Amino acid sequence: MYPEYMMESINKVERTRPQRLELARKHGKMIYPRMSEEERETVLNNYHPDYKKESRREVRVGPNKGEILTTEVADIFESYGRVNKEMFNFDKVDYETDVLIIGAGSAGMAAALIASEKGSDVLIATKLRLGDANSMMAQGGIQAATQKDDSPATHYLDVIGGGHFDNKPELAKALVNDAPESIKWLEELGVMFDKDEDGSMTVKSGGGTSRNRMHSTRDYTGAGICRVLRDEVFNRPEKIKYLEYSPVVELLLNEKQEVSGAIIYHLDNKQYSIIKAKSVIMATGGFGRLHIRGFETTNHYGATADGLVLTYRVGAKMMFMDSVQYHPTGAVFPEQIVGFLCTEKIRALGAQPVNCDGELFVYPLEPRDVEASAFIRESQGRDLGVKTPAGLVGIWLDTPLIEDILGEGTIEKMLPAMLRQYERFGIDVRKYPMLVYPTLHYQNGGIEINDKCETNVPGLFVAGEASGGIHGRNRLMGNSQLDIIVFGKRAGLQASNRSNDIQKVGKVHMDHIEKYNAEVAKLHLPKSKIAPMILPDYIPDHVKAKQLVSEYSGTLI
Amino acid sequence: MSEKTKMVKVYIMGEAFMVPAASTIIMAIEYAGFQLKRGIGCREGFCGACATVYREKGDYKLKGGLGCQTVVSDEMYIAQIPFVPAEKPLYDLNELTPDPSTFMKLFPSIYRCVACNTCTKSCPQDIQVMDYIQALIRGDIKQAAELSFDCIRCGLCALRCPAEIVQYNAGTLARRLYGKYLSPKSPELEDRLQEVNDGIYDQEIDEMMTMDIKDLTKKYFAREIKIT
Repeated sequence: MYPEYMMESINKVERTRPQRLELARKHGKMIYPRMSEEERETVLNNYHPDYKKESRREVRVGPNKGEILTTEVADIFESYGRVNKEMFNFDKVDYETDVLIIGAGSAGMAAALIASEKGSDVLIATKLRLGDANSMMAQGGIQAATQKDDSPATHYLDVIGGGHFDNKPELAKALVNDAPESIKWLEELGVMFDKDEDGSMTVKSGGGTSRNRMHSTRDYTGAGICRVLRDEVFNRPEKIKYLEYSPVVELLLNEKQEVSGAIIYHLDNKQYSIIKAKSVIMATGGFGRLHIRGFETTNHYGATADGLVLTYRVGAKMMFMDSVQYHPTGAVFPEQIVGFLCTEKIRALGAQPVNCDGELFVYPLEPRDVEASAFIRESQGRDLGVKTPAGLVGIWLDTPLIEDILGEGTIEKMLPAMLRQYERFGIDVRKYPMLVYPTLHYQNGGIEINDKCETNVPGLFVAGEASGGIHGRNRLMGNSQLDIIVFGKRAGLQASNRSNDIQKVGKVHMDHIEKYNAEVAKLHLPKSKIAPMILPDYIPDHVKAKQLVSEYSGTLI
Repeated sequence: MSEKTKMVKVYIMGEAFMVPAASTIIMAIEYAGFQLKRGIGCREGFCGACATVYREKGDYKLKGGLGCQTVVSDEMYIAQIPFVPAEKPLYDLNELTPDPSTFMKLFPSIYRCVACNTCTKSCPQDIQVMDYIQALIRGDIKQAAELSFDCIRCGLCALRCPAEIVQYNAGTLARRLYGKYLSPKSPELEDRLQEVNDGIYDQEIDEMMTMDIKDLTKKYFAREIKIT
């Protein structure tokens, strides 16, 4: 429950609620004016964490050398590999496959299903279990222009406007055009979308959308999709093999310098294995667990940007790798759930963000970067946030309004995950608001791809959050769940096609790692600076200091 | 953590550690210096990786919960469950029919249910597990799909079931059958697919793809908003 001093602020929220309810009844979501182009720019420049000087720096090695990247990403690029070529005999390969898929979120598993249907033998190597991914945690929805008053063209305009017009056009086009078909594909696999009684899809709006386009499976949309894909992967053991607890620690090239395999490392028995493949799909997801700028994150334990490091070392170019998405509404109270996602659907259903005095200060559904910046301005710039006993600050997300607008029982029906999450820690969000603050959510940029999911390195395909270009520098809600399906499927198809054309992979090597390490060595960094991180380290300092592995700045597994 | 942080004693696999009282089980294990590889996943209650059994002081009951969602208490005994070795029948959804015969063939164990309700009591998601198994026995796939919807596949129900039923795999099949065969079809979706295949939106999109950024910006900020 909230402590007394916070209840005083909640009382103010309750006092302004009838007035705000009136406003919502009259104007729907237009309870507050949307920002103009200039207003958006001002709030972003002054308050978005990306726009702070120390948030970005020049990277000194690799394909993007000399470019300005997110500081923590530049840091992991300027790291040594975990293994060197003397440790291996590349004549003895442990696994051979047509298509190797690294990562088993929805993108990787969608790719596996399609590649297997096209006749390829598929091997998935993943760090934890199948479905252990951000995909499983998405709550709000998946966008697709399925409704009569909507169209892929309208969707396209929302995507690129939200992305500040930086998006790679061919990728945005693929995203919106493939969207309706993706919904159908998922439904045929048995995904249970929320529907009205006549069978039409229940669709809601999201930040930066101009139509109701958000399809959902309650507020378990990511799980609703990902667990179906996983069940289908389980059902095809003849065509799809998988290795769990087997993160990739380096990619391999062949003599033509094509990506042709990987080295995996088993987390339990600590054994390395060599995989040879005709095509490789990188689907390792994002970087939330790098805790950029010290932010808490909504991301999965395994979201440590391993795929970025591995592909960068084989020469893949990054795009928009200077851009981080902070989700406006991460929990800040109670302390056990700090950083957890409070889905955008909460605002789509009518909850309003208000300050400590219960006053509205922003249109509730601006694009995420703008909305998050407005929250930071309200709490830091104007000092109108609410402090928690742990010293954090947040603003109120007035959830009781949802049931005032849409009727009793709405929250239980539409937001069961949220209701359950807060109930576990003694707060009934039907009666009391949530306290929220921006939380590190999504890697906007990534490995540059084209609309076939190809990279500048032959043999290497990328799908999902690891890729860059689709969303420009700001992704809209519900376009990530869409992206992983659209591009997961495309990657599966293209990688399979390529494999079908290849007779022989030839000898594999990791000479590129030697060269890369030599480049890193010129920076005179300590040898302990290693990547990929594989898993984050939450062991407290006083314990860490006495551990044998304490000298490593990366995690030693 | 400040020095004033209230601490409690917990037993992780029998070994005593002092940890902050406000910790979840996962936070406590990490505070003790363990780097978790199994029994950990999303850390937010969505993935089911951190099924944990525990016993609290003065209570004879063995309880189950998610490590990331359960706060520790003084003198709590904790053991995580790294994996649930449960049977998973293989099937091709396209060849199945959405009726009881499918469950008789693939999940005959559900008919062993003795209605003891242990599964429901062990579910950290508060799902009416026994009710959805009973719905399947009656042949009500829709009800089973809806009741089992919030399942995150932690496996605690199957571990406690005296009839050896793997409830969550049966629930998965119920939902897939409902989603594919039984839920009413969206009337708009087929029309839209046809339109996209006919390429009727391509020209409008292609124009925007090559449009001058100033014009595009103008078009974006002037676009009509039709949301409810």
